[in-house]
Amino acid sequence: MLPFDFDYYKPSTLKEALDLYQYLNEQGSQPMFISGGTELITLGRIDLVYTEAVIDLKEIAECKVMELDGEYLVLGSTLTLTEIEEANPFPLLSQTVSEIADHSARVKITLGGNICAQIFYREAVLPFLLADSQVVIVNPEGVKVSAINNIFNEQLQLNRGEFLVQVATERRYLDAPFVSIKRRQQWNTGYPLITIAALKIDNFIRVAVSGLCPFPFRSEKMEASLNRQGVAAEERVQGALSDLPGPILNDVEGSSEYRIFVLKNLLHDILKELEGVRGG
Amino acid sequence: MKSHTIKLNVNEEVHHVTVRSADTLLFAIRAKLGLTGSKPGCLNGDCGACTVNVNGWPMKSCLMLAVEAAGKKITTVEGLVDTPIQKAFVENFAFQCGYCTPGFIMNCHSLIQQHPEADDSTIKEWLESNICRCTGYAEIEKAIKSVLRKE
Repeated sequence: MLPFDFDYYKPSTLKEALDLYQYLNEQGSQPMFISGGTELITLGRIDLVYTEAVIDLKEIAECKVMELDGEYLVLGSTLTLTEIEEANPFPLLSQTVSEIADHSARVKITLGGNICAQIFYREAVLPFLLADSQVVIVNPEGVKVSAINNIFNEQLQLNRGEFLVQVATERRYLDAPFVSIKRRQQWNTGYPLITIAALKIDNFIRVAVSGLCPFPFRSEKMEASLNRQGVAAEERVQGALSDLPGPILNDVEGSSEYRIFVLKNLLHDILKELEGVRGG
Repeated sequence: MKSHTIKLNVNEEVHHVTVRSADTLLFAIRAKLGLTGSKPGCLNGDCGACTVNVNGWPMKSCLMLAVEAAGKKITTVEGLVDTPIQKAFVENFAFQCGYCTPGFIMNCHSLIQQHPEADDSTIKEWLESNICRCTGYAEIEKAIKSVLRKE
């Protein structure tokens, strides 16, 4: 139960959703697209989200797609994390999303909702950053397709009135060797300390991190350090740690020093796991 | 429209209820339908006390708007009659204060339906969604395993 009222719309086509947004925006209703809608409820109840009009994208066919179309796996933005986990078309993605929130919540949380979330972990984006995926976005001018690594900068760079429809990933990344590890402050439940995903392609290890900074990221500088030839693992990891973006989170889940300590060990774990494996 | 009259299919009965867009499914089934088996706990999707089944899957009813549930098949703990998991909870003393019990039972019931051959890691993954403040986890684990292993 939320402490403010809003209009609720459930369009069945992309055009209807876009038109509704434009109309409601002109009316001054501060419209908001939702998919799983969990953040509307959890943040709305503590006054961190406010809207007078909700546009629920769940019934739009293009947003519910899950198919291997030629050389691409296409995943709709309103697929729930459980649907992805159960079908398992992209094992790195399945493993990464299987650590988000908890199982029952994942029946509600969606792929697009997590990627576009206000909560800064947004771990579902990590596999797509590693796989150079393409995102399909619609706006009143039409459909645009962008490389996720160009359009995801701390968060998905959406203009007002645009929304994410699909994410497409090349087939060759789907079965590439990978590691996905989530470390929490303690035990297996609670908010993440650090989540790291790694993938080996063309014998090159790629890494993407969530929970270190107030945004998820993939760093080419870190990857260059980790993949240096003829250099001991310790030195490569130190090199990667010297090239971190900032700021480093320093909160109740863990101090910045502790997060870097955890990251250092995770990078060693990844090198151990993936170095002996032929990738791509 | 800030309020809607919707059809909610709960426990095989269709109810016409008028809800605010901002009302959660939990609020609608408790306050509008009088089905108080689903418990309000954290109201934030953390504790699982309000878990119901929606189209056969566990759903934290505090995380779903009532308007989102229109047209879906909802089962609350009141809709379960003599199911194996209810019997197993009694036989294994899988509750203490009982507040978390309906949520645990609904989650377990979905697991049994969706993955009747669930292994230990699947059981753990699913049941991590619910919290028991009395820490009766060992008995709850025995109860779900007794049904899945047909003991």
